[in-house]
Amino acid sequence: MRLRDTLENYLFVLPAVAIFTIFYILPFIWVFQFSFFDWDGISPAKVFIGFDNFKEILFQDPSWWRSMVNVSWITFIALTFQNALAFMLALACDREMKMKNFYRVIFFIPPVLSEMVVGMVWSFIISDVSGANIINRFLISIGLGQFAHNWLSDPNTALTTVAVIHSWKGFGWGFLLFLAGLQTIPRELYEAARVDGANAWEQFKNITIPLMIPVATMVVILTILGTMQSFVLIRGLVGGEFAGHTSVPVLRILASMQGSSRFGYACSQGITFGVLLVTISFIQNKVSQKVRQA
Amino acid sequence: MRNTGSALAGGLMVLAVMALAGCSSENSGASKRSVSVWHWMTDRQPAFEELANKYEAQTGVKVNFELYAPSDAYSQKVRAAAQGMNLPDIFGVLGEKRDFSSFIKAGHILDLTSSMDANNASWRRSFFEKALAVDEFAPENSYGIQPGVYGVPIDIMTIQMLYNKDIYKQLGFDPEKPPQTFEDFVAVGAQLKKANMQGLVSGWGEVWMIDCFANNYAFNIMGKDKVLATIRGEVPYNDPEWVKVFGLFQQMQEKGVLATGLVTMVNKTAEQLFANGKALFAFNGSWCVNVYKGMNPGLNYAAILPPKASDNFPIAIWGGAGSSFMVNARSAQKDEAVKFLQWFTAQDQQAFLSVATNNLPANKECLSQIPPILAQFAKSMDYATHPNVWGISESPAVIETLDKGLQSIMIGEMTPEKLADEVQKVKARELAKQKR
Repeated sequence: MRLRDTLENYLFVLPAVAIFTIFYILPFIWVFQFSFFDWDGISPAKVFIGFDNFKEILFQDPSWWRSMVNVSWITFIALTFQNALAFMLALACDREMKMKNFYRVIFFIPPVLSEMVVGMVWSFIISDVSGANIINRFLISIGLGQFAHNWLSDPNTALTTVAVIHSWKGFGWGFLLFLAGLQTIPRELYEAARVDGANAWEQFKNITIPLMIPVATMVVILTILGTMQSFVLIRGLVGGEFAGHTSVPVLRILASMQGSSRFGYACSQGITFGVLLVTISFIQNKVSQKVRQA
Repeated sequence: MRNTGSALAGGLMVLAVMALAGCSSENSGASKRSVSVWHWMTDRQPAFEELANKYEAQTGVKVNFELYAPSDAYSQKVRAAAQGMNLPDIFGVLGEKRDFSSFIKAGHILDLTSSMDANNASWRRSFFEKALAVDEFAPENSYGIQPGVYGVPIDIMTIQMLYNKDIYKQLGFDPEKPPQTFEDFVAVGAQLKKANMQGLVSGWGEVWMIDCFANNYAFNIMGKDKVLATIRGEVPYNDPEWVKVFGLFQQMQEKGVLATGLVTMVNKTAEQLFANGKALFAFNGSWCVNVYKGMNPGLNYAAILPPKASDNFPIAIWGGAGSSFMVNARSAQKDEAVKFLQWFTAQDQQAFLSVATNNLPANKECLSQIPPILAQFAKSMDYATHPNVWGISESPAVIETLDKGLQSIMIGEMTPEKLADEVQKVKARELAKQKR
């Protein structure tokens, strides 16, 4: 009787387990398995090559490492500029101000737009040939005409331009999380601090910052994970890797899978990249824990 | 209560089994008198549907055209379906001949040779030879595929130069005499600079069109045999004639004949610029006729061959089958699928498609019925070639290095000589890999 009950219970969870296994666990196992093969993704023949794909990624593929450097720069800009902007706007909207709900909606519009659309719109905004050329016109109007140039086709500015546009697109998520975090801080703490004579800076330093660390940790992890996997925006802005200047890991994985038909190599790149992301998240989490304890 | 629980559990079990069975069955959606077609051609969907309705009215066979766009997404879907043995009755394979051959080796594509050659080869003879060549594997091909025809071209395309006659006239040139030589072509740069206008636009941010342009001039400067010898590894990429090909990109940049931002331009932007009269030249495929017509029906332009850089060999342009359909070899409806494709590529249907979508028909028997600008593209079919008919493919790593390097030349961070050395280095590495 007991066995029957147990089996019945298992039957209830079977569909969920089956779906989870088919759509999550099996693909993961296959990606791991394929990473040890030389395979074009179609042919029945797969050649086992051991760790050769990983060796090639680590020691013989400079374009992979260049893409890692590029995405690190985009991530750095996102962690600093994007999150600072998100935090400042969240602070502003947390105060009693007119039309704060309107601003909240406005700030959250960029993240819900398609990356391809954002890429094409920004390409129009900044292009001096096909678009409105707004940035260059502004620079010229304020007497900084010497800085006006083609931002996306100049190897010196292409990546940073991509990074800034990525930050514009992404700051809304950080804004929402920071705002939610700020609203959980009890107002009594600020009132008590004011009674004790703390000025605005001291309140910010001693109340807001310590209590926002858990939220900031989450925002930082999400920013890193989201930014490092970006590629659609880059395609929309510059069409692809632009002589390697805007190359990022996901574009490299796509190039291996579709351009070169090296499915096995693409799987190895995906695994390498995944391990890196997990490691970064782990380190970030540990550092945050230490900061909180301190 | 217990009985209800058991019944519910049993029901869920049945549903789970059905779901699992659905994941692995092939052609699960195909009923006996229907044919499913997967494609990526957004602009042609209404015309396809109209033809499908006509076919159903004539034969009683329902044809479902399922659109999956953009082409990247389509390509991924077809690959995933191939891995899951879940391809439709008719589909297209995007990519290089290598990808096409992988599908054939995996048993996904039906050999159509016998159908093509039946009735005194009437189906085969209805197509442009160069269009069919893209879907054909010659004897002793390097892909190890049994010789034969494995696809049906539904239209053809050529990729060539276009010029805006009105802008050309504004610059002081005779609009009926476009540049014939590369020197004439780059000389226009000076006039463009004076008039503060844009020269050549193309989707060179997406790189494959750069490769196409470079190949046109490689054929012109050194001839087909030497290009193919390079791919085989018998001629190095740092041969002076290859350096000359790469140098053309430097010349175009220096003389100001390239539009600003060309290296990061996507083809859609290039098409908008040319259609709106903001650029003098475009390098684009014959599909652009439909695009330009939609954007600016009054655009006054003409198609020309890329101006030759050498008298040694004729210029070549990429051309052949624009889009092709393949029949799923494992489909239960494969005979029905072949019959539909025979009807679909017959003269009347091809003429209808050409007029409705402004694409060049694959069926040569209906050329007299196509618009004049398409006829200009069609005339250039004699100069057409395509990597898919060379019988040998260059390594993707080499192509990528070459394309990115050409972008680097155009932004002034690499010389043609340095690119030649870099490409040769990658080529040597790839050859060594092949030998292993």
